[in-house]
Amino acid sequence: MAMASDDTFRLDADVVDYTIVALYFAVVLGIGLLARRQVSSSIDFFLSGRSLPAWVTGLAFISANLGAVEIMGMSANGAEFGMATVHYFWIGAVPAMLFLGIVMMPFYYGSKVRSVPEFMRKRFGTGAHLVNALSFAIAQLLIAGINLYLLATIVNRLLGWPLWVSLVVAAAIVLSYTALGGLSAAIYNEVLQFFVIVAALLPLTIVALNKVGGWQGIQDKVKPDGEQLSSWPGTDLTGIDNPVLSVIGIVFGLGFVLSFGYWTTNFVEVQRAMASSSISAARRAPIIGAFPKMFVPFIVIVPGVIAAIIIPELADLKGGGKGDGVTYNDAILLLMRDLLPNGMLGVAIAGLMASFMAGMAANISAFNTVFSYDLWQQYVVMDREDGYYTWIGRIATVGATVVAIGTAGIASQYDNLMNYLQVLFGFFNAPLFATFILGMFWKRMTAAAGWTGLVSGTAAAIVVAILSEDALGGASVGVLGISGQGASFVAAGAAFVVDVLVSVVVSTRTRPRVESELKGLVYSLTPKESLTDPDEGTLPWYQSPTKLAGIGLVLVIVLNVIFW
Amino acid sequence: MNDQTPETRHTAGAFDIRVIIGALLGVFGLILLGMGLFNASDAELDKADGLNINLWSGIGLVAAGVAFVVWARLRPIVVPSDPAS
Repeated sequence: MAMASDDTFRLDADVVDYTIVALYFAVVLGIGLLARRQVSSSIDFFLSGRSLPAWVTGLAFISANLGAVEIMGMSANGAEFGMATVHYFWIGAVPAMLFLGIVMMPFYYGSKVRSVPEFMRKRFGTGAHLVNALSFAIAQLLIAGINLYLLATIVNRLLGWPLWVSLVVAAAIVLSYTALGGLSAAIYNEVLQFFVIVAALLPLTIVALNKVGGWQGIQDKVKPDGEQLSSWPGTDLTGIDNPVLSVIGIVFGLGFVLSFGYWTTNFVEVQRAMASSSISAARRAPIIGAFPKMFVPFIVIVPGVIAAIIIPELADLKGGGKGDGVTYNDAILLLMRDLLPNGMLGVAIAGLMASFMAGMAANISAFNTVFSYDLWQQYVVMDREDGYYTWIGRIATVGATVVAIGTAGIASQYDNLMNYLQVLFGFFNAPLFATFILGMFWKRMTAAAGWTGLVSGTAAAIVVAILSEDALGGASVGVLGISGQGASFVAAGAAFVVDVLVSVVVSTRTRPRVESELKGLVYSLTPKESLTDPDEGTLPWYQSPTKLAGIGLVLVIVLNVIFW
Repeated sequence: MNDQTPETRHTAGAFDIRVIIGALLGVFGLILLGMGLFNASDAELDKADGLNINLWSGIGLVAAGVAFVVWARLRPIVVPSDPAS
C-alpha cells in the first residue's frame, strides 16, 4: 500500500453516514471523560484498578487484537489465499488463548505483577527485563503506526483530506481518550468497538453472500479453484510448496511458536486480563474471548473471499492483472463501496474506524504502562510518589502518539501488512514465549540464560528474515528460498529453537537463583492454592475456566473438521 | 455514579458500559430503519441485489440495543465480592 494509492477510489458517504460516524465519536470521547472521573491512582490508570468483570475484559481481549491487521490484513489474506486464512484464528489464536487462561494467567495474576516485563524482572532479573521491556515498547510503537495509518486511510477515503492531515486528526482522537481515561477508557471503548465492528461487518457479509449466491455461489465462482476453500495444507498461504512441510510450518511455526508467543506474552493482551476482578475472572478473560474469536473469520475472511470474486478490480488483480491500482488490503473497503447503501455505509465506516482505534489505543495503553513502570520507574527516576508515574504515563501516551505518526509512514511502504507484522512478532514474541515457558517450569534456569536466550533468539529470527526472499522487504537477500508468511513461520521457529538451546546451555554453566526467591514464579516452587481461586469449586460451569476451555477446544476442533 | 461497594476505596467499573452500548446500537438501528423504510431507492437496492440491508440491519441493531439495556436492568453491575487486592 503506497501513499499514492489514496485517490484510487472514494467511498460515497452522505450526511446520514457522517451523522452515524459523528455519533460514534461522541460516545468514544464521552467514555474517555467518564472514565477520567474514576482515575485516582496509577493502578487505576494502568490496570483499571483490577476491578473489571470477565465478559468485559474477555471482549476487550479480542477487541484489542481486532485492529487493522485483523480486519484489513485477514480479509486481504482471505481474498488472496482463501479459507486457509482461518488458520490464523483456529490454529493461530484459540489454542493459545485457552492455554493462557488455563496455564499462564495464574502466574501473571497471582504474582501481582503489573506488566509482563515485570514478571520477567522478578524471574530473571534486570537483564532479561530490559531486553523485553525495550523490545516490547518499540514493537508497540511500530504497530500503533500501522493501525494509525489505516485509520487515516479511511478518513482520507471518506473526507478526501490529505493523508497527513488524516493521520494527525486520527491520532488526536485516540490520544484524547487514552490520555484522559487510561486503561479503563481504552477497555470500555474496546468492548463498545467490538459490537460496532460486528454491527458493521455482519451485514456486509450478509449482503456479499446474497450477491454472490450464497456458499454455493462461492464454491462455483472462486478462482483459481476449489483449493481456495479448504484450509489444509495451506500451501498458498505459507508459500511452502511441499504440503507436509506446509502443515508443519502452520502447526509448529504459526500454531505453536508465533501464536503462543503472541497471545501468552504480549502485554497488550495480557494487560486486559490483568484488569479483571479476581484470579478466576482473569483466567476466564482469554477463554471467554476465544469464543467470539472462533467466529470472527466468518465476518472477516469470508467477505475477503467474496470480494475477490465480485469486485472487478480484485478479480483482475487475482487473475494476474494490475487491478486498477487496488490492493488486497482494500477488499473490505471495495465491498463497502459497491454493496452498501447510505446508512449502512456509515455504520460500516464507524466499524472500521472503531477497529483501527481499538488496535491503536491498545498498543498505546500497553506502551505507556511498560514505559512508566518498567522503563522509567525501574531505570530512570525511582521512588517517586504514585501520582508522578500516572503523570509520566500521560506524557508517554502523548509521546507514543507522536512517534506513531512517524511509524505510520514506515507502515505505508509495505505491500502486505500481515507479512510485516508477522516478521515483527517473530522477532519479539517467539523467543519470549520460549523463555517464559522454560522459566515457569524449569527452576534451574538462570538469570543469564534469560537475557542471552532472548537476545540470541531475536537475532536468529532477524538472520532468517534477512536470508529469506522478502520477509524484510528490501533488506532481505534471498539466500533461503522462503517467502511470504512461510518465511515468518520459519523465522519464528528458528527464534524459538535457538532461544531454548542457548538458555539450556547457559543455564548449565551459570549459577541458578535461590529457590525461595522464585516462589510464585516457577510452577514446582509455587503452592497450588496461590494459582487457583479458592471459590473455584463452587462456580457454575459457565464460570469455570477449565470447563469453558474444554468446550472451546471441542468447538474449534469441530470448526477445523468442517472446513477441512 | 452509583457506588455499589462503599467499603472499598472506589469502584472503577461503576458506569455501566452495557447501557452505553445498547443506546448507541439502538440509535444506529433507528437511523437505519428510517433509511430502509423511507429512503430505499431502486438504485440503492440494486447495489445489494434487492436486499434491503438498511431495514434488516436496523431491525437487528434495535433488537440488540434493547437486549443490552434489558440485560443491564435485570442484572445491574455487581462488583465481585472477592477483593481486588
